[in-house]
Amino acid sequence: MIEEKCYHCGDDCDSSKIIFDNHTFCCNGCKAVYEILQANNLNEYYQFEIQPGVKSNEKGNTDFNFLDNAEIASRLLLYHDQDISRVSFSIPQIHCSSCIWLLENLTRLHQGVVRSVVDFSKKRTDITFKNSEITLRQLVKLLSSIGYQPNLNEVSESLTKLLDKSIYYKIGVAGFCFGNIMLLAFPEYLGIDESFNDFKSFFGYISLVLSIPVFFYSGIDYIKNAIKGINQRFINIDIPIALGMIALFLRSIYEILTYTGAGYLDSLSGLIFFLLLGKWFQQKTYDSLSFERDYKSYFPIAVNKIINEALVSIKIEDLKIGDKIEIRNNELIPADAVLKKGEAYIDYSFVTGESKPVRKKEGDILFAGGRQVGTKIELELVKEVNNSYLTQLWNQDVFQKEDNSNDYNSLSNKVSKYFTIVVLIISLFTFVFWWIKNPEIMWNALTAVLIVACPCALALSTPFTLGNMTRIMGRNGLYLKHTSIIEKLSNISSIVFDKTGTITHSGMMNVAYVGEKLSDLEKIAIHSLVTSSVHPLSISIKNYLKQKEVKKVVDFGEVAGSGLEGVVDGLKLKLGSAAFLNYSVDAKDEAKKSKVFISFNGEVKGYFEFDQLYRSGLKETIKKLGTKYDIHLFTGDNNSQESYLTNELNIKSLYFNQSPIDKLSNIKKIQQKGKRVLMIGDGLNDAGALKQSDVGIAISDNIHQFSPACDAILSATKFAEIPYFISLAKKSISIIKWSFIISFLYNVIGISYAVTGMLSPIVAAILMPLSSITIVVFTTFSTNYIAKQKI
Amino acid sequence: MSVIYLLILVSLVVAVCFLGAFLWAVKDGQYDDDYSPSVRILFDDDVKKSNKENLINSKNNLTINKSNSTIDN
Repeated sequence: MIEEKCYHCGDDCDSSKIIFDNHTFCCNGCKAVYEILQANNLNEYYQFEIQPGVKSNEKGNTDFNFLDNAEIASRLLLYHDQDISRVSFSIPQIHCSSCIWLLENLTRLHQGVVRSVVDFSKKRTDITFKNSEITLRQLVKLLSSIGYQPNLNEVSESLTKLLDKSIYYKIGVAGFCFGNIMLLAFPEYLGIDESFNDFKSFFGYISLVLSIPVFFYSGIDYIKNAIKGINQRFINIDIPIALGMIALFLRSIYEILTYTGAGYLDSLSGLIFFLLLGKWFQQKTYDSLSFERDYKSYFPIAVNKIINEALVSIKIEDLKIGDKIEIRNNELIPADAVLKKGEAYIDYSFVTGESKPVRKKEGDILFAGGRQVGTKIELELVKEVNNSYLTQLWNQDVFQKEDNSNDYNSLSNKVSKYFTIVVLIISLFTFVFWWIKNPEIMWNALTAVLIVACPCALALSTPFTLGNMTRIMGRNGLYLKHTSIIEKLSNISSIVFDKTGTITHSGMMNVAYVGEKLSDLEKIAIHSLVTSSVHPLSISIKNYLKQKEVKKVVDFGEVAGSGLEGVVDGLKLKLGSAAFLNYSVDAKDEAKKSKVFISFNGEVKGYFEFDQLYRSGLKETIKKLGTKYDIHLFTGDNNSQESYLTNELNIKSLYFNQSPIDKLSNIKKIQQKGKRVLMIGDGLNDAGALKQSDVGIAISDNIHQFSPACDAILSATKFAEIPYFISLAKKSISIIKWSFIISFLYNVIGISYAVTGMLSPIVAAILMPLSSITIVVFTTFSTNYIAKQKI
Repeated sequence: MSVIYLLILVSLVVAVCFLGAFLWAVKDGQYDDDYSPSVRILFDDDVKKSNKENLINSKNNLTINKSNSTIDN
């Protein structure tokens, strides 16, 4: 078969390609978008990039009725008055320049849109529109119709995240003053002749004025942090920095005002400038990724409540026990409820990772987080949204704790504790020594020691190493929430995997046909039958058969939970469970795997077998990790796969039938044995375990969509690289240790000058930047070097 | 030589202007998104004649309605 790519989205057009306007499309969705753009003369969309489109996602709520509710709408809008409104949507589908072009030309698609601006790095679009021409609901539908359905759950969340620009201001001010002070200090270094003396004090005063904003604006945070540390009886790295800064500043003021010297203001401003650069470098964040999602990001904003036979759209927080709600095809159940009316087919893939729908009868309890597949159903709530089976996970203690990124146990804080004590002892010793021997220079000697001991290089080692490593990991498909995760990752001793969706492919099934060989005609007949069904197994069979032709099916029938039947070309087909076909099989065999039997005119020909598809490279990855760490596996499923997992993958510690809360408490138990746990999971059901573990990595097929709160997001295609990432983390820590040694060497040289009380400004001005630059160069080169060495 | 006093003060004033420009740029959001502006500048912004006609058409008869009849319900 010739594989052709869809003109719109670039997917392979296998079974059902559509030729339209001399272009090939993979599905009607893509064709529809093309038609809309064609009709509005927006064809340039296809010129900036080849196959720029996004395959439309048919799942999810598509009518957006709730956006007509003024209260909900006002929560989304940034601004609105009588005439115009402004809204900022998060659109995860934005990925290329064509996207920017199309979204910024929305005006050409609808007159009501006044202005539309894309922020590519955050994957957001800011739209201003006229209320008289288009409503918020119509706008969202318009975006959905061209394949850019906004993620409405993330609007309110991101608005509160205020951008902190102060680091840029501080770097700007410090850099400006540093440069100018340095220029003014040059004549002093070079020792120009007598005539310079007239200007000396003038230069000194200007430097002093320039250093005031550096000290009191750019550098004040270090002093504040040091005070905070002292108040909490905790010696952090900011204490020696603050001591050095104060010593530099006071001694410079003294020297300038008494005309005894030029001061060290160039060193002071340079120090603060470099420190701020390091801080900024460490702040690498992935703006478009969200590491904080809880169930609210997955759940709908509103649901249809039934009040006196009529449907009213209400916010999900306002739901109460006893409320009757209507859930339509592909909508999520917001809270635990009893099924009152209709045929429920619940897909719990968000909760368990298992995408095979479960059939429920009237009177059964449905759990929050399930997605209805099929016709609409009526439910009566038995629990509130917050106390449902899945969502009560977020009431656990772990979720109440504030995330503390200022880690007291981090390597640099541990080292700086000893460092500070040693520096204080040396300076005290120097002070006492000169006090006895020559009190005239005791202050000079004391300040000189404090200045030189200022651990600028030490403070830069961690941010530059970890900052650069975070970038390297990001390029390789592991996106960290914060640089401190690297250190935690290097310390782990146990690894816990989730099964469904983590070590297996989510949504993808391995299909095999067992039985008498099917003729082409029979294949087409089966294909025609399954095309009419939306059941996931039908879709898997359809993809497996790879047929093109679809024939007319008469007398089509779908019996929920059992199978399909119909007549194609006079052939009477039955497809489904053994019971549905009145076919007897070994009961022992039946339970192991899902099977779908097929019969033609009452005669059973064979069956399709479905298997979970394990990720490629799984066995090698587990084997590699198993030699160094103890491996555990959690799964919400039963133990049907036990033999494969123990024998083939060699995982000894298996936990079956795990509820989300079980997973969390089992992580706790492993931690109580003194282990540091890395959890790798995917679904909302792993959210508790990911939070409780020392490092929680969420694995995701599409990193911009749907991953629970975690420390890092791993692109699913990079699953086999997990051992590589862990070894990178370990090597980063040894790089930090090496750069500590280098910076200590500089300090030893500097202090040996300083204890004599003879620190010339030029030595300080050379030594401090030199040590900083050495560290920056060393850490950057070595991190890049280890990243290239694949293990 | 006393002209140095003046020169240094003038040069500082000039430098402060540049610092001000930098702070202004940050405040204005020039460093927020470093990708879209580079693409945006390459787009043709003159709407062709046919497009204009089409826009007028679409006011009365939303072309988009043809393919998605639910938009305006």
